[in-house]
Amino acid sequence: MTSTDQQPFLSIKDLKVHFSTEDGVVKAVDGLSFDLIKGQTLGIVGESGSGKSVTNLTILGLHDPARTSIEGEILLDGQELLTATEREMERLRGNKMSMIFQDALASLSPYHTVGIQIAETYRKHTGCGKAEARKRAIEMLRRVGIPQPDMRVDDYPHQFSGGMRQRAMIAMALVCDPELLIADEPTTALDVTVQAQIMDLLKDLQQEFGTAIIFITHDLGVIADIADDVLVMYGGRCVERGTKKEVLRDPQHPYTLGLLNSMPSLTGPVDVPLTPIPGAPPSLLNPPSGCRFHPRCAFAEKVSGGKCSSERPLLEIVDGRGSACHLTTEQKQELFADFAATRHN
Amino acid sequence: MSNTNPLLDVSGLTKHFPIKGGFPIRRTVGAVQAVDGLDFQVSAGESLGLVGESGCGKSTTGRLITRLMEPTAGTIKYQGQDITHAGRKQLAPIRSEIQMIFQDPYASLNPRQTVGSIISGPMEINGIDPQGGREKRVRELLEIVGLNPEHYNRFPHEFSGGQRQRIGVARALALEPKLIVADEPVSALDVSIQAQVVNLLQKVQRELGIAFVFIAHDLAIVRHFSQRVAVMYLGKIMEIADREDLYDNPRHPYTRALLSAVPEATVDEEPRERIRLVGDVPSPINPPSGCRFRTRCWKATEKCATDAPPLVQVEGNKPGHLTACHYPEAPETIPAPRLAKDPEAAA
Repeated sequence: MTSTDQQPFLSIKDLKVHFSTEDGVVKAVDGLSFDLIKGQTLGIVGESGSGKSVTNLTILGLHDPARTSIEGEILLDGQELLTATEREMERLRGNKMSMIFQDALASLSPYHTVGIQIAETYRKHTGCGKAEARKRAIEMLRRVGIPQPDMRVDDYPHQFSGGMRQRAMIAMALVCDPELLIADEPTTALDVTVQAQIMDLLKDLQQEFGTAIIFITHDLGVIADIADDVLVMYGGRCVERGTKKEVLRDPQHPYTLGLLNSMPSLTGPVDVPLTPIPGAPPSLLNPPSGCRFHPRCAFAEKVSGGKCSSERPLLEIVDGRGSACHLTTEQKQELFADFAATRHN
Repeated sequence: MSNTNPLLDVSGLTKHFPIKGGFPIRRTVGAVQAVDGLDFQVSAGESLGLVGESGCGKSTTGRLITRLMEPTAGTIKYQGQDITHAGRKQLAPIRSEIQMIFQDPYASLNPRQTVGSIISGPMEINGIDPQGGREKRVRELLEIVGLNPEHYNRFPHEFSGGQRQRIGVARALALEPKLIVADEPVSALDVSIQAQVVNLLQKVQRELGIAFVFIAHDLAIVRHFSQRVAVMYLGKIMEIADREDLYDNPRHPYTRALLSAVPEATVDEEPRERIRLVGDVPSPINPPSGCRFRTRCWKATEKCATDAPPLVQVEGNKPGHLTACHYPEAPETIPAPRLAKDPEAAA
């Protein structure tokens, strides 16, 4: 493990995912690059339409090939996924990489018992017999904390509660010990107390198996709890990348700053208005020129020459840290000083 | 909170949904006890937050006090007048004073109506003709909620989610209500937009002096918006208090667990103390006896299974801070700066 630790397990380079629709081309992901090493959790934050889910469906090859054009590279453990055949993808999916979705009820088949659905994945990839797969399914249900797994294995999804369904889906995703787990808003539909349980479970399982996790969410609080590294997406692009401590304590992009400022906290001052980000997320059919955030950015006019609206800011990552913004470091220090003052006493 | 004359006075409010058996007799075989004996008051201009997990009955409560549903038992008094089982005629004048804002800005606006007719709808129904005409009033309302008055003739699909929620707010304001029940008004919106709508609601509450019942599952937003907060669990109020008391000095184990489960977007040097509840919320069809939280509570004893704890001011609580627990948590030694908003009042 030690030698491969340096090597990124998943490496995405300049990924572009475009859909053609009746109204034009939707640039859902527009030049995204990131690396992920084993045993790490990368949190991807972004609002609806920021391209976070599309990125991950593309990694798994679950996009509709007829109307999607993809450019770039996705390397999983050295293997190029974008040129892989459907057969090869099938071998990887559920085995080397798997996914947990937001809506567990919609993602489980209502006609099959939970046990059969977990066993199916296992049988497909290992070629083992029914009895062995059933044993494995019970074992997995026990691992994810379902009480009386030998009885519940024969239940149908509707007999499970919301939290248990999400656990069952995690069991299904982990049944083949995948090396990459993509979790797309896995806790958004759950209550906070159950959300806390599921996040603890994912952390425990990651420790046990050394899985690399991509955790997609819109909730910066969840990110603070589970992620090692954070990638902030806006309008199909990465606007900021860093460790969770760096991004949450010392945001370097006005969008990240805006998100943090717009959230009320459990301890902050009350009776003062929140600071929202004005406007609405951009349409990806006709995205703003230059920096996609500039129409909503409070600091766009601080950059000379109208660069924000004409030139795309480049994301330069040094030691895993970077942001795509035309503001200089000195300007940010000055303009973002209020945040640091209010947030950290 | 000694309300001599609250705007809304709810006592013993109960709603059980019958469960019918199958063909052919369809007898009532049970009941979903969605709301079971709620007592609370809302004074004029005040905002009461109702928080709790899914299935705790907070939305049902909202629908009961707006009388979109008929309560099974208990009383609802609005300005001293009993409206628990009031009929259509009796409710008509009150309906215009109690308005509702819904969660889903996509489902709660008629896609075939223009914004103008959506917002003037309530005035038409109630036969209200404001000075200068309905159209002028609608344009004013659009301005209040931060939309362009020129958009009078547009349709809902031409607006984003946050803007649609503003239309919903304008519609609720059209009749100058005294009480607005807002059921998860921001949870369907993106994080950056939530703050816009919360600010708007806060502005409306302050400037127009409207009382709110603010239903949400997000504890941070409720804390931001509501002066008083009630925590619900399986159809009952577990704890109700002024905002500062509830968040800084929670006495009910459930409140404490709920607060500790909220993920905060901060990176602490030392991880926060967390209470992890095991299991899920039990079914409201057959709720636990005694205290409903006891199956997930780490302090539960036999007493909790037999006696339902009353919602009372337990020892160490300030007046108005009520907790329904046999074994409340020790009062916190509250860090002074967080509570003392006004140094003179604290002294």
